[in-house]
Amino acid sequence: MIFYQATFYTLAAVAVVSALLVVTRRNPVHSAIYLIITLLSVALLYLQLQAEFLAAVQIILYIGGIMVLFLFVIMLVRLDVATRQAPFNRQGLVAGVAALVLLVEFAGAIYLGRGTAELPRAAAGALQPNTEQIGRMLFQNYMLPFEIASLLLLVAMVGAVVMAKRR
Amino acid sequence: MVPTWHYLMLAAALFTIGVIGVLTRRNVIIILMSLELILNAVNINLVAFARDLADVSGQIFAIFVITVAAAEAAVGLGILIALFRNHDTVNADEIDLLKG
Repeated sequence: MIFYQATFYTLAAVAVVSALLVVTRRNPVHSAIYLIITLLSVALLYLQLQAEFLAAVQIILYIGGIMVLFLFVIMLVRLDVATRQAPFNRQGLVAGVAALVLLVEFAGAIYLGRGTAELPRAAAGALQPNTEQIGRMLFQNYMLPFEIASLLLLVAMVGAVVMAKRR
Repeated sequence: MVPTWHYLMLAAALFTIGVIGVLTRRNVIIILMSLELILNAVNINLVAFARDLADVSGQIFAIFVITVAAAEAAVGLGILIALFRNHDTVNADEIDLLKG
């Protein structure tokens, strides 16, 4: 049990610190690497929350797919110009204060409502076998959203090719 | 045992960091990465409550969120490449063609 807690707080700290580094680094490549670390620690948190399938999806799709796409685009646009310019825009201070207010609001609401968020925990093996349960749910209860998601991916693929194509 | 509201706090922190990134950065690539951070924060909440309720529907929703994130990244980066080709910049505050 102490191992569970230690793992959670370590992963949470790693995720938050590297997320902060994502938004503050000047070089986009460094930001991408720190985002990969954040995504990896979130994937390990999924593993802790009995979402094994989602942890694998997070690593394969996010880190293996989306982040490689990001790195490719970073390499396509000229990097040396971006690293020499100011990384933050003029509204930086105002936006920072607004985000801080948002965080205080979030934290206050969650802290005051922490009792209502504690639902009676289900038994440890309730979500096992995870992949089988997700597959059944996805192809029985969520069939239509699943098909719509495939259509969305097709449209996104065509759109990305059309926009990135040289005329 | 880690209480559920600690997961919610972590998600809120990641969400806020993503909002800071979207609002303050000039580079559109990093703005898109901050959007990914925001979507990930939402997923943590969904998966935490899916565990408490012993209902995989929350995890299914997280899968849909990841799908939308993939579509958004593909289209966003396509727009970014087109933009860089036409305007030679990736800074959000230099794209002011409609300002007149």
